[in-house]
Amino acid sequence: MKPSLEQLIADFTQLIGPVPAVPAVSPPIAADAAGSPAAPTPPPPPAHPIQKVDHAQRGYDFDATVAPAQVVASSELLDRHGFALDTMTGVDWIAQGEMEVVYDFFHPTANIRAVVRTRVPRQTPELPTIAHVFPGANWHERETHDFLGIRFLGHPNLTPLLLPEDATFHPLRKDYQP
Amino acid sequence: MSNLLSIEPVRILTYLVGICAFVGANAAYLVLAERKIAGRIQRRPGPNEAGYGGWMQPFADVLKLFAKQVMIPPGTDILLYCAAPLMVMAPPLMCLAVVPFGESLVARNLDIGLLFVFAFGSINVMALMLGGWASRNKYSIISAARVVSQNVAYEIPMLLVVITLLMVAGTLDLNELIRQQAGGFWNWNLLRVWVNPLMPVTFIIFFICMLAETNRAPFDMAESESELVAGAFTEYGGMGFGVFFMAEYSNIVLGCCLGTVLFLGGWQSPLPLAALSGPLWGPVWFLLKMYALIFTVMLVRWTFPRTQFYGLLNLSWKILIPLSLFSLLLTGAMMKLPLVLQRLF
Amino acid sequence: MIASKESLADGPDGQAPQETFILNLGPQHPATHGVLRVRTTMDGEWIKRAEPVIGYIHRMHEKMGENRTLAKFLPNPSRIDYLSAMHYTHAFVGAVERAAGIEVPPRAEYIRVITSELNRIASHMVWWGALLSDLGGLTPFLYAFDDRELILDLLEGLCGARLTYCYYRFGGLCNDVDDEFLQGTRAFVKHMPPRLKMYRDLVTDNIILRKRLEGIGPISAEMCRKYGATGPVIRGSGIAYDVRRAEPYSVYPRLDFQIPVYPECDSMARYLVHMAEMEQSLRIIEQALDQLPAGPVMGKVPRVLKLPPGDTCYAVEAARGRFMVRIVGDGKDTPYRVKLRTPCFSNLSLFEEASRGMILPDALAMLGSLDLVIPDIDR
Repeated sequence: MKPSLEQLIADFTQLIGPVPAVPAVSPPIAADAAGSPAAPTPPPPPAHPIQKVDHAQRGYDFDATVAPAQVVASSELLDRHGFALDTMTGVDWIAQGEMEVVYDFFHPTANIRAVVRTRVPRQTPELPTIAHVFPGANWHERETHDFLGIRFLGHPNLTPLLLPEDATFHPLRKDYQP
Repeated sequence: MSNLLSIEPVRILTYLVGICAFVGANAAYLVLAERKIAGRIQRRPGPNEAGYGGWMQPFADVLKLFAKQVMIPPGTDILLYCAAPLMVMAPPLMCLAVVPFGESLVARNLDIGLLFVFAFGSINVMALMLGGWASRNKYSIISAARVVSQNVAYEIPMLLVVITLLMVAGTLDLNELIRQQAGGFWNWNLLRVWVNPLMPVTFIIFFICMLAETNRAPFDMAESESELVAGAFTEYGGMGFGVFFMAEYSNIVLGCCLGTVLFLGGWQSPLPLAALSGPLWGPVWFLLKMYALIFTVMLVRWTFPRTQFYGLLNLSWKILIPLSLFSLLLTGAMMKLPLVLQRLF
Repeated sequence: MIASKESLADGPDGQAPQETFILNLGPQHPATHGVLRVRTTMDGEWIKRAEPVIGYIHRMHEKMGENRTLAKFLPNPSRIDYLSAMHYTHAFVGAVERAAGIEVPPRAEYIRVITSELNRIASHMVWWGALLSDLGGLTPFLYAFDDRELILDLLEGLCGARLTYCYYRFGGLCNDVDDEFLQGTRAFVKHMPPRLKMYRDLVTDNIILRKRLEGIGPISAEMCRKYGATGPVIRGSGIAYDVRRAEPYSVYPRLDFQIPVYPECDSMARYLVHMAEMEQSLRIIEQALDQLPAGPVMGKVPRVLKLPPGDTCYAVEAARGRFMVRIVGDGKDTPYRVKLRTPCFSNLSLFEEASRGMILPDALAMLGSLDLVIPDIDR
């Protein structure tokens, strides 16, 4: 069961549908009058939600941007293709008022690295859990919740994993004050 | 001198002091010897700071243990908690009273010596179990349960082996047992294959059982430090732990004494030469054989990893007990064979 | 550990479950090698549920990465998994080089491979000794450290550190190797095979060890995939997944070596993978020494290193599995986000499922065979 990159792209195109699932770029809310000096210049959103990437330059082969509601479906798709969950990351794009969640997948035999990313609004950072598809996501989601405060709906046990059990802060948010 | 020793109270007192000194010195210096041997096996010097070559190390250890405050953790059963170290020390002291180190060098030459040793030796288990139970610690309780099942499992093949020897010897008197093994090492029970061709195997069964009964590696289920921290001794500190430690070594001494008496001809010289036997040579041979066995015990500990608990029980119930039963039957058959042949022909 | 009222009444529904009790293995326990706590619900000696509780030495390396410049963060990765510091530095350095497009001279890449593989052997030796001491055999530990000492001496001569090396730099190495190192490494490559044979004869073929490890702690290939377990764990489950081959980096494509795979899925398979990997590492070192080109060990690096916008991943095969650095830049000299994907985190996460219904000594043997380094889990 070795999927090819082309097949993966075809499947994801079908999953995402004809409408580009990139959420409309919300206007920057921070860097005007308040003049937050730390407002970074975010990378330009990918032209197309599904991209073939040069591994030698970026370290992965496939990049798909999906809507939050499609996260479970896309992880199920990758699960069917025999991918393994590598890791999960959150990135706080404070200037855009969004949080990006990046799912990294590797394939044990086919040498394809796939990245699925989605963006949620910073005010309501909520995503469906994929712990029932990949049990390994259980800890990764807890960790992402620890660090960035992204709530994974339907997660069996969304308690602090690495932070103290009474932690209410999220240290990797860019507005976190220690 | 011999007249004085024939007075019973004097004799008892002398041997009491003697055995306590023997056990104490052995326990102290066997710890050092074990650490030195372990160091040798592991390519490191071992303790070498206290005194020349570390010979003062036992004193330093004991001093440290004595200086520690006696801590009784809250919630323990204080009576049992304190009684356990005493109970674990009692059996080796008692049993050594009947072990003949020389033909006449025995505190009390009981004609039921062997029974006496096994009767008292079993108290050891109870002490560990009580200590583990009274400590009110989950690791200790697991350890206590392990000790009981392990000792029950290994008592059986050990007794079967001993019964085999009893059938051959026809006596429970340890001195008499040794006298029967006179006349060179080929007459030792270990090598008396004409009585029972499985005699060497029987000795190995005995040795394994002895390791298991004294809770020595690779069968140290009671104190499997990587699983149960320190097992039954987890909550013991200071001299409470020290006594358990001493008892472990005393039990090894006792076990190896028994092995020497039952299989290696006790105080008999390995060669039937008049120059090598006699009342002075007896204890020398005995101790040489005993320490050789103790050295093997230590070598085994530092060579093998620990067995798994259920594997340990399986070894006893599925291999050692059938094997020792078979050996017992074989001995019986071989003893009766001449009679049957006589009847027939 | 006193069985407090609280810990006894700590069942899933707040009630003490009948017939079971809760045993806290750790945070200080001889078998957990660090501050790992495993909260086990036991039925006698049988484990009903073993839930690892982690985070006791969490240091938030990822936040540190965001707060300081790349060069200042460079010593940090080696503190994550102190036993395979070279690999971790390699991944971080590699991620920055890939993002900033820095060329590394071939000599530097070869030396990186040599030192990384030396470090892998050292790490496996520690694991081997620790596993055996978990199983009650205390002697192999000292032998393992004897061999490891030789590697530590070699690497100390190279970069001054014995454990938490910071030898790699963006674009190369901090200094070239000397003849002493090259000769010492050649001597080590000759010294090691007889030792590995001795370990095989003395330890691997020991019946007690085999009984303790064979069939114990089965982890299926499917479970490895679902949990993202990598390294010797996935290779002990019959899948030849090795980052050195799956996502070739450095000069590994030019070197000839095999990926040891055992299909038995048990602890013994993981053990044998480790042992075979050391032999392969020796092969790699020997080839790399033979092919070692002359030249500089430092490439052209801009004075102020700035990461372009966008994210870059760089994965290496660390001693315990796949270690990946995902670095997100925003055009500044500090990364916008650093994600450290550590192998032990994923490898431990399957413990709860895999240990269900095992007996305590077996579960600890399996925990040992997973080859955990706790700072690597907690980061």
